[in-house]
Amino acid sequence: MARWRQRLLSSACSSSSSSAAAPQALLRLASSALSRQSSSRGFAAAPDDTTPFVVDIPVPYAGHRCDPPEQRVETSAKELVDFFKVMYVMRRMEIAADSLYKAKFIRGFCHLYDGQEAVCVGMEAALTKEDAIITAYRDHCTHIGRGGTVLEVMAELMGRKSGCSLGKGGSMHMYNKEGNFYGGNGIVGAQTALGAGLAFAQKYNKQNAVSLALYGDGAANQGQLFEAMNISALWDLPVIFVCENNHYGMGTAEWRSAKSPEYYKRGDYVPGLKIDGMDVLAVKQGVRFAKEHALTKGPIVLEMDTYRYHGHSMSDPGSTYRTREEISGVRQERDPIERVRKLLLAKEIVTVADLKNLEKQAKAEVDEAVNQAKEGGQPETHELFTHVHVKGLKQLAYGPDRKEVIVPLP
Amino acid sequence: MAQKVLVPCSSSSSCGKVQFSPSRVHTQAIAFGGELSQSSSRKNKSLALKAVAAKGETSAPVTAKSGHEILLFDALREGLEEEMARDPTVCVMGEDVGHYGGSYKVTKGLAEKFGDLRVLDTPICENSFTGMGIGAAMTGLRTVVEGMNMGFLLLAYNQISNNAGMLHYTSGGQFKIPVVIRGPGGVGKQLGAEHSQRLESYFQSVPGLQMVACSTPYNAKGLMKAAIRSDNPVILYEHVLLYNLKERIPDEEYVLCLEEAELVRPGKDITILTYSRMRHFVLQAAKTLVERGYDPEIIDIRSLKPFDLFTIGNSIKKTHKVLIVEECMRTGGIGASLRAAIVDNFWDFLDGRPECLSSQDVPTPYAATLEDATVVQPAQIIVKVEQMLQGLI
Repeated sequence: MARWRQRLLSSACSSSSSSAAAPQALLRLASSALSRQSSSRGFAAAPDDTTPFVVDIPVPYAGHRCDPPEQRVETSAKELVDFFKVMYVMRRMEIAADSLYKAKFIRGFCHLYDGQEAVCVGMEAALTKEDAIITAYRDHCTHIGRGGTVLEVMAELMGRKSGCSLGKGGSMHMYNKEGNFYGGNGIVGAQTALGAGLAFAQKYNKQNAVSLALYGDGAANQGQLFEAMNISALWDLPVIFVCENNHYGMGTAEWRSAKSPEYYKRGDYVPGLKIDGMDVLAVKQGVRFAKEHALTKGPIVLEMDTYRYHGHSMSDPGSTYRTREEISGVRQERDPIERVRKLLLAKEIVTVADLKNLEKQAKAEVDEAVNQAKEGGQPETHELFTHVHVKGLKQLAYGPDRKEVIVPLP
Repeated sequence: MAQKVLVPCSSSSSCGKVQFSPSRVHTQAIAFGGELSQSSSRKNKSLALKAVAAKGETSAPVTAKSGHEILLFDALREGLEEEMARDPTVCVMGEDVGHYGGSYKVTKGLAEKFGDLRVLDTPICENSFTGMGIGAAMTGLRTVVEGMNMGFLLLAYNQISNNAGMLHYTSGGQFKIPVVIRGPGGVGKQLGAEHSQRLESYFQSVPGLQMVACSTPYNAKGLMKAAIRSDNPVILYEHVLLYNLKERIPDEEYVLCLEEAELVRPGKDITILTYSRMRHFVLQAAKTLVERGYDPEIIDIRSLKPFDLFTIGNSIKKTHKVLIVEECMRTGGIGASLRAAIVDNFWDFLDGRPECLSSQDVPTPYAATLEDATVVQPAQIIVKVEQMLQGLI
């Protein structure tokens, strides 16, 4: 078990030390980039520069029944800055949700995603809006990644009518139809079957798109996941099963709940790939590889080795089943935002002051959204009965007096 | 071709008067040769049908020469085939629906006609293929999920209740789930406890679902078409013993209304509410009751969720007595909810408490005599109605 904890900190492979020299050693600029003109400030690249350059991925992939992709990924200055911005906004949003929960603006269950931002941001970099994503209840940041706004998320968390589900869904039920984001599901594991259905529809309609069904290490032991893998592999559905392995299913560590915690291998006949989920560029490369695989060969399982700083939800302190040293250790060694920060500084795309500015902007954006959301009104009482049914084929259900009623109760 | 679609009367009618909607006019006009008034001559007409495999004279709106005779499973298949031909987004999935043709032949021939993707043979994984059907429906496909026996869909209860029923609400109206979940249920002929389930009791309190039960080839085809065209998740309950019921149905296309009940036999002494197989038992009992001089009004409620309280209410306002005959168990069944609804809405019009004949609260036994004792039999219906009409209860 001690070895397992050690692995969490070093992400299972060549450990990335926290020295500042390491990122420099990892960078290998493509020769074309060297001849690029510097910006007027004399830096290597301006923050909005889209010229691609290649970055090494420190932690190797592990493949199951497939050859893993290259350990290098193409990115650009602009992309890295965007990564930083959106991940930082997500981080601030989750921290704001924490304080709002403690101040009783948010009630019920609130599952926070901080620490795992690299997974959803890296995914989006490799996908388009035609691809579909469905996830479980830790969905606030996934909703942002799919095009949602911080205001909608905050308003929904506080149960206001300006929320993305009109206040009727809550933390676990955030959806975005234009962004092809199918939620937001409360029951562990049920979304994997829905994800197979999304892929089925994509195959049926001959769309050149994939569906990603996200689930956690806890859900990886659900039977319906294996049923979904079977039917996806049987019919070559373009689905990517993504296990966001944060190593704890609420209070139960992975080695206490799974005989084989190598979740990328659990698909058996379905190929798998293990990715360092704290490295946004590794995630981008891995998902791009998976998308190609899903479109040509069939389903694939991705295991994102990631970590959550908060407990399972706001009702869980998160420290009864793991030590504070472990949490702070991962934060120091593997934090996704810090990695991008070091990369940006090492590549001299931005200065420390620039980053401070971006952080301030992000904080302001989130604070503004929180204030706006707080001012939002509660849904009206009649909204209790709307959206239970879609207007029927001939008529809505009538009550005994033949006037159209919204509540089709007996 | 103009679609002959049956619609209920939409005017806000006055209470207390039975409104024959155009659908019922259509139905009854042919059957009674145009007689609509409740004259006493009708009392002497023997209108009841035999229990099973009878030519439905009152429900089929065709004369003897037009239309075509069909068995119930074939009527379902016709409805499904017409909808699949009309709309390329309609697809079926279930166990053995494709190459095998369906365990009750409801999907026979469809795989050859529409291909393996549209008539999909699934492995035995109810939870995930129901979930898959629901996920596909979220994107706009109109999926028809078949449970080989409704009881098997208990394995998919989470998907049906949380994902089919509630997704439209929890997404704030963003996603529609136009899925149809269908299959045979009910007590069969010595199928055993686990294959004789009545799932309408379990699903009736899931918000967002719509439930209909078919009982004749005519309404089976119409309800199947309506369920597929509806944007709501609809559960279509078929009965395992009614698949070989024969009836003459129209050649023209028709779609029935999901929320409407069917007036099978107008009367004025007592309202008998029933659905699915019990409709035929009630009609069998009605033969005897009519001979003994009673005039029951028989309504096949068809829509199990929501109830067609308008039709039911008009009938109660006329007869002041109501008997519910159902196949669900006594506890928590459709009858229990219907009784509550009648008491809530029509208390002032009732002469006595609404009665209910339901199955016993036991697992369905295998032995034939015990199985017969589990469900309501026509003789019990006759006894109950006589007791009620003689003021004994």
